[in-house]
Parts: sequence; structure tokens; C-alpha cells
Amino acid sequence: MTERITKNPIDIEPAHKLHAEQFDSMEHQQETASIGMWIFLATEVLFFGGLLLVYTVYRTTYPTVFELAGKNFNLGIGTINTVILLTSSYFIALAVHFARNDQSRRSARFLALTWVLGFSFLCLKAYEYYDDIERNIVPGSSYHDIGYHYVGPNPEAARMLYFIYYALTGLHALHMTIGLGAIAVLYHRSIKKAFSSHYYTPVEVVGLYWHFVDIVWLFLYPLLYLMDRHS
Amino acid sequence: MTQEIANDSVNPSSKNYLNQETTIKSWLLTTDHKRIGLLYLVSITFFFLIGGAAATLIRVNLMTPEGALLSADTYNKTFTMHGVIMVWFFLIPSIPNVLGNFLVPMMIGARDLAYPKLNLASWYIYIIGGMFTFITIIAGGVDTGWTFYTPYSTLFSNSFVIATATGVFITGFSSILTGLNFIATIHRMRAPGLTWFRLPLFLWAIYSTSVILVLATPILAITLILIALERIFKIGVFDPSLGGDPLLFQHLFWFYSHPAVYIMILPGMGVISEVITCFSRKRIFGYKFIAFSSVAIAALGFLVWGHHMFVSGQSVYAGIVFSFLSFLVAIPSAIKVFNWTATLYKGRISYTTPMLYVLGFIGLFTVGGLTGLFLAAMAVDVHVHDTYFVIAHFHYIMVGGMVSAYLAGIHFWWPKISGRLYPEFWGRLAALLLFFGFNLTFFPQFLLGYLGMPRRYHNYPPEFQVLHVMSTLGASILAVGYLLPIFYLLWSLRYGRKASKNPWGATGLEWQAATPPPQFNFHSTPFVTEDPYCYLNEALTEIDFKPQGEVHD
Amino acid sequence: MNNTRFSFFPMQASTFASQVDWLTITLLILCCIICLIVFGLILFFGIRYRNGSPHSRKIEKQNQQTVEWSWTVGTLVLFLALFTWSTVIYFQMHAPPSDSSEIWVVGKQWMWKFQHSTGKREINELHVPVGKPILLTMTSQDVVHSFFVPAFRIKQDVLPGRYSRTWFEATKTGEYHLFCSQYCGTMHSDMRGKVIVQSQSDYQNWLQSNPPIKIPTLYNRLGCANCHDRTSAIRAPSLIGIFGKRETLSDGSTILVDENYLRESILNPQAKIVKGYPPVMPSYAGQLNEEDILDLIAFIKAQKATQENDPRNSQ
Repeated sequence: MTERITKNPIDIEPAHKLHAEQFDSMEHQQETASIGMWIFLATEVLFFGGLLLVYTVYRTTYPTVFELAGKNFNLGIGTINTVILLTSSYFIALAVHFARNDQSRRSARFLALTWVLGFSFLCLKAYEYYDDIERNIVPGSSYHDIGYHYVGPNPEAARMLYFIYYALTGLHALHMTIGLGAIAVLYHRSIKKAFSSHYYTPVEVVGLYWHFVDIVWLFLYPLLYLMDRHS
Repeated sequence: MTQEIANDSVNPSSKNYLNQETTIKSWLLTTDHKRIGLLYLVSITFFFLIGGAAATLIRVNLMTPEGALLSADTYNKTFTMHGVIMVWFFLIPSIPNVLGNFLVPMMIGARDLAYPKLNLASWYIYIIGGMFTFITIIAGGVDTGWTFYTPYSTLFSNSFVIATATGVFITGFSSILTGLNFIATIHRMRAPGLTWFRLPLFLWAIYSTSVILVLATPILAITLILIALERIFKIGVFDPSLGGDPLLFQHLFWFYSHPAVYIMILPGMGVISEVITCFSRKRIFGYKFIAFSSVAIAALGFLVWGHHMFVSGQSVYAGIVFSFLSFLVAIPSAIKVFNWTATLYKGRISYTTPMLYVLGFIGLFTVGGLTGLFLAAMAVDVHVHDTYFVIAHFHYIMVGGMVSAYLAGIHFWWPKISGRLYPEFWGRLAALLLFFGFNLTFFPQFLLGYLGMPRRYHNYPPEFQVLHVMSTLGASILAVGYLLPIFYLLWSLRYGRKASKNPWGATGLEWQAATPPPQFNFHSTPFVTEDPYCYLNEALTEIDFKPQGEVHD
Repeated sequence: MNNTRFSFFPMQASTFASQVDWLTITLLILCCIICLIVFGLILFFGIRYRNGSPHSRKIEKQNQQTVEWSWTVGTLVLFLALFTWSTVIYFQMHAPPSDSSEIWVVGKQWMWKFQHSTGKREINELHVPVGKPILLTMTSQDVVHSFFVPAFRIKQDVLPGRYSRTWFEATKTGEYHLFCSQYCGTMHSDMRGKVIVQSQSDYQNWLQSNPPIKIPTLYNRLGCANCHDRTSAIRAPSLIGIFGKRETLSDGSTILVDENYLRESILNPQAKIVKGYPPVMPSYAGQLNEEDILDLIAFIKAQKATQENDPRNSQ
């Protein structure tokens, strides 16, 4: 137990992969890695929470303006993206399941599907931003030139909503991009059969992260896109 | 004096974590928690000296009412630098990243932390953030105060606000990852037999601190981002002319910064429990109460941020709630002080250097904590808010408290860390100088504050001069008290007496490892059989304690 | 300044001062008692039980739980009492008497500007009469400042974009420090002044010594009377007796007409329209500074419903 194996772990057959020095067993390492990701996700909740607090404060201060100005967001794209993201969460859950059950190829396939869906989300988001800018849903340097169809009191509040929209969705998109990078790495390792019932920690941990990114979107969607839409 | 164990011996094997590999690369790419602790020790000492230099400039400038030494603008940048560096680059990482990194795995009988590579990453992130901030200071600095209040910081200040905020933002991730590492480690890596209620109280303190690190720091991160966005894009979140609210900044900032001050005292309290039991040769009084107090302080600490805003324009009713909770949060700290005092009862007390720092801590922290009551009482706070009273209050706790505890810990564990003993005479002298110099520096500031001397003033009405001069005089003595340990601890690395495995006869698992420890701490997994602090104060024999666990070689 | 002798406490020059000082002294005595007990015990144990001393270390059966809970509950009770006392005083600090004289305050980098209700203005010096409650309505032109008079034991942050209030009743004539106590930039330390408390007759003399500014000039110059005058063709709410009323807005909600609402209506009139009136009032943002706005508000407040007056002619 005190000898160190210096070969690259990826080259070793999964069944013999050694856990890291400070752990007693692979299971020990996996449980600890999970805990670490859960704690990290707690910090992310607080991080997004700060921005959501700013949103909440200003929405309660300027409710009418937020709702009026919010109608300009692209509900169609937002809804499609929500469906895409939820589906991708399902796929990555399947990927974790298959990795745990020694079915690397299936797992890799679902990782690829997750990646494709995530990438589509970002493409649609990019198009949505482009469209928003075309329609002048942009907080300009003066608050007199913003707000397609927005005419009313407190135009500066509309401007703030648009900033918060870009900040929240931008931060979310950044997290998704990082997630996509992680999934890509997982895909390549899965093809090389790095994961098995003995060792599937990275898949599980990235899965947790991806689910979190999904949940954040589930907050953002109604708060940004569904304000005062009754029909 | 101290108890040396008869058949204890210096580590017979020559290989330990210090001499295992001595290349620079092996230090800079280490994942050994003990080496990382030492990397932090060097870095935070560097920042402490810079922050201390700023303090010196401040105190010398304040010797005369006209503030002759520095221009107003330079003075403003100096006190900002002092705050930013001391809070984020010295105090917050001090005990957790130096002593915590070194001791957490050893106290629980583990071979390393849960995520050693993440630990190294934390240090690099800290260094990058620190260098960023350091360069910003050299380039001209920032003059907003460490509190970055808006709209001054977002609309009016012509200094490097965004750059400083970025440096602090980067370092925040170091805090978060450290906290994450400790929580996972304490949950999952304990040796067999080490149940939660057998954990040394240092670990309860580190655990509570880590929860705060993990939950509060992200709020600081988003707040700093908002300042940067406000400065660049003029969003308006904090600008009334654009529909925003400057008070929102204060709420966001203090929601982080109040828990942050508990990060800057809880670990110190943990050290006190370890040292006071060892040098009273007695079990701690009220283990569970002290353990739960740490958790209570962490939890309640999140609920009191509004006490920084009693005169800000916040609603009177919010003020009442915050005042009430602030009184409540003082109670767990009081409980600890009472318990430590009771621990001394019928002990066998010896006055080693760590013990002197501990007794100094209890004295200074008690005064600091009690003056917190004055601030929690809103009617008094209206008068003393933003005056030197507040400055004295928090320095009593952060410096008189935390720094004393940090030095107590450094001295207590120095044999284990370095394999050497420091010279006891110089250690005691430094402790006494610190205590005396500290009181002379900061006690007059309570008086100054009540008399009405505001904070962050570069010059002041002449009737305040006498107290300011006293304070500066004290600071010069205090400075000697800080610098001495740097010299004699360095000296001891080469010329100090070699230390045995357990020179103090302490019960913790860390003392069962060799001195200095090998790379993976223990030759085999320890097995814990006792509650912590199993000192037998009634015993008259030389062996008056039972180690917490056994390690079979 | 009066206070050239060294003392531990600043002068007590307001009705709040002795109340706050009593609370402080009590806190101080309690803290001293606690310190004496704790430090005394430490000293006692430290000597009696030092290593090598002969006293018995045998510990009799202790009821740890009782000891722990007693000092926990004890501190809790003590703290609750202190909390209650302080809260009562704090409430009083936020309850200005209805007969307070009003003074307007504008803080800006780096000076204090005052305006008395007669229109008389001061910079960095504030004359007030002794024995009368004074209400300060304050705002900032730029960053957050704080109005601090140690001798009165009052302090209130002064914010841009809104009004904050504080009040006091001076009890002793003399000159007292005024400090800005919220860091506000380079010359923060120099944003100081003095409060000059005079006897009531001296204060009246001082007040009459320079004629006040003509408030209606601003009202006329900006054309307010064109719409708000009773005889105007364009319908706008009458300003007579409007301050302190509850108005119903176009969306059905009601609002209290206070300084903040008046300010908003001048700078951003479209935000809240009174029910039944067209949304045609132009904004005066950019044409007025904070003191002008305070002048107008003072004028509007002075339009009492019981007086027969024509805004264009009054002095």
C-alpha cells in the first residue's frame, strides 16, 4: 500500500486502476469526490443567488416596468432551450448509469448526445442574443435608446432588467461552456474505456454539475421569460 | 516546564517531508499538505509585512493633527491597502491555510487532504490574486477603503478599483477551494475510532470556518463583479440616478463580510482549546458546548450583517432584528471564554510561550468581544459607528485575538513542523511585548472613538493628539513583538535544539507521527481509542496523559 | 471649540447625550465586572494551580451541565435587557417631535450646506437655537456622507437620490464639532464644520440678519404656476395643502405625499401620475440641483390649505 504506481492510470485496465494515495479504496475516493462536487455546487448556488437577489430587489421595486420590458425576450427560443436542456440532463443521467454498469460505449454515446444538445442550446442562445441586439433589447449608453416596444416610465429600470438578463444568462452560458468542455473530455476517456463499475467518478461528478446547470436554468427561465404571461 | 517523554526519540529515519526531495520543483509542484502549509506560511508573512508597513505609515502620519507625513490621497490609499491586504491576504488564510493545511490530515490520522492537487491549486490561485493586487498597489493603488462603498467606488474614485477587485476575486476562489477541501476531508477521511465527538476542537473550528468560507465567499465574488460591471457599463444597480440603490451594495458586501470576520476568529479559538488543555494538563471543560458554539457562531454569523448599517438609512425595524441577533451571536463566544477559564481550574499550568499567547488571547478577545456589545446596542452604535471605537473593537479581536492565537499555534506546533525547538526566552519576550504593545496601541482608540474621532481621517482636531501619540508609541512596541518571532524562528531552523516526537506531551494524533513527519504522515493508519485532551491533571507521575490514538509502526 | 480640557466623554449637549452616556456607562460597568471575574479567576487559577504547587487537583463531582446552562442563560438575560434599553432610545432617535423646526442639509464633496426654513443658508456652520427640537432632512449631491455631531450623540448617513432624517434638541449653548463620518473621497477628513447652539433670542437675531432668498422666483422661472395654479387652463393637481395628503394614483394605488414623492414628481413625473390627470408634466431633471429641489419642496410644504394665497405673489 505504500508503493506508488507510476504508470499513467489511463493505460491501465480499469479493473486494476489504483485509487489515490490518501484514500483506502476506490469506493472511498468516489464518495469523497461526490461530496466535493456537492459542496462546490453549494457555492454556485450562493454565486447565482447574489445575482438573483439583485433581480428580486429591482423587480419588486419596478414590477410593471420589468414585466412590460420582459415581454420583449424571445419566449420561443427560451422554451425550446429549456426542453433541450432538460433532455440533455436525462441523457447525462443515462451516461452515468451506463458507465456505472460497465457499458462504456453506450455511456460514450449518451455523453455525445448530451454534448450535442448542450451545444445546440448555446447556438440558439447565441442566435437569441444576436436577435435581441437587432431588436435593440440592449442597455445602451443612454437609457433613451433601449427597449423595442418599451415606452413608459422608469426606462432606466428596463435598462437594468436587460443588463440583469445578459448577466444571468451569460453567467449560465459560461458555466455551460465549461460543462461542455468537461463532457468532451469524458467522451474521449469513455471511448478509451477509462470508466467502469470500479471507477466512474468523473462521469458522476460531471453529471452532478450538469444537473445543477440545468436547475439554474429552470430558475432563470420563468423569472426572465414568463413574467406576467398569463396565456 | 514542559514534559518530555522518557523513551521518546527523534525520528530515527532520516527521511521526512522536509528533506525527502529538496529541489525547487519539488516544492512548487508538491501536493503534500505539509509543504503547502509552509508555502502559505511564507506567502502570508510576506503580505503581513506589507500590510504592517502600511499600518506604520498610518500611525506615524497620525502623530500630528495636520497629518504631516502623507498627503490626503496617499493616506487614503494606504489605509485601503492596509485593510485589503490584512483581511484577504493575511488574516483569512492565516490559521486555516498554514496550520489547517498542516494539521487537519494529521489530527484525523489521514495521509493527506481529500484533494491534494486542489490544495496546490488553491495556493497558486492565492499567489496569482495576491500578485495582481500587489502590482495594482505599486501602480498607484485604490482609495475606496477595503469596503468599496458605492457610489464612491463605482462613479467617483479615480483609482484602480477594478484591478483590486479582480485580485480579491481571484483569491476568493482559493478560500472556497480550501474550505471545500477541509469539509470533505473531515467528513470522509477520519481514522477508525475517530467519531465526531472525539474530534479535537481545532477541527470543529476549522469545519465551521470552512462552511463560512464556502457559503459566504461566492457573494463577495458576485458583488465584486457587479462593481466592475457598474464601473465599465454603468448598469445602474448601485446608482440612484439610474434607478439603483447604493444600499444594495452595502447589504451584499456585508452579507459576505460579516461572516468573513468570523472566518478571522473561529480558527483562533480552535487553537486556544488545543494549547490551553496541553499546558494545564487537563481535559477541556465543556467539550460539547465549545464544539456547538463554533457551529452556532458560524450559523448566527450569517444573520447579523445589518449591524454595520444601523445609521445607513436601513429601516428601523430591520435594525432592531439585527441588533437582537447581534446580541445573541455574542453568547457562544462568551461560553467559550467561560469554558476555557474553567479548564484552568485544578490544572497544572505552565507558562510556555504558546500558553502566554493563549492567556493574552483570552484577555484581549474578551475585551474585544465585550466592546462588540456596545456596537450591538443601536443607541450607542449611532454615536460610535465609523469612529475609532470600531477600529479598536475589531483590532482587539482580529489582532489581539486571532494573531495571538496564530502565533500560539505556530509556536506550539513548531517542533512538529520544523523538527526544532524555538528559544523559549525570546518566545516569551515576544509574547509579552505583543500583549503590552497591543494594549497601548489600541486601548486609547476606544477613548478616541467615544470622544468622536472619526475613522479614515488623515488629519484631525488637535485635542485628539495625545491619544494618537500614545497609540503610535504602542504600535512601535507592537511591531517589535511581531518581528521578533520571524527572526528567532528562522534562527531555530538552523541552530535550534532538535525536537523529540512529542516535546509537550500532548494528546493529539499529530504528535504520534514522527518529528518532522514523513511524507504520508503515519507509517500505518492510526486507530483512535480516546476522547481528545486525555490529560490526567491529578496524576503525579511523569506520564500524565493518554495519546488519543495509536499508530503501529 | 468648548472642549479643550481632556476628558473621557465628549460634551453632553443634547437630550440624547445623557441617555446614551448612561447606557454606555452601564455597559462599561458590566464589562468591567465580567472582566474582573474572568481575569480574576484566570489570575487566581494561574497562581494557585501553577505547575508544582501543592494544592489538591482532585476534582469533586461537578454538575457541568448546570454550570454551563447557568452562564449561558445568565448572559442571555443580561444581553436581552441591554438590547431592550438600547432599542427604546433608538426608537426615540427616530421619532422627531411634530413641532420640530426643519433645516435642510445637502452634503457634497467636501462640504455641508444648510438651509433654514426662512431660506437663510450656511456652509459648514449650522446655527441652531437651544432647547428646541430640530429636524434635519438631508441628501447628498454625490456619494454617501454621514452627518455626525459627537456632542449630540447623533449620526445619520446622507445618501444620494433620497432623503434621510435625523433630529436633536440641543441643551447647551456653545460650538460643537460636526464631522463627516462616512469615507467619501480625498478630502473626507476636511469635510468638517461646527454646530453653533445659541440662545433662542440670539438665534432669532442671527436668523433675521440677512434676508432670505425669494423662493417663488424659482417656482415662476420654471413655469410651475402655468399648470399648477388654480386658474390655469392645463389641469394639474393643486399644490395647496398637498404635503402629507394621501393621493390616489392612476393605477389605483395610493401614496403618501412626502419629500421623496415630491422630488420624484419633479424629476420623473411620469413615474406616478395622480388619478384623473393627464400624463403631460415635463421632467426637470438636469435643470435643478439638490438645493433647488429642496427649495421647491420647502415652498410646497408651506402652501397650507387654510391660507388664502397666490403662489405668484408671496414672499
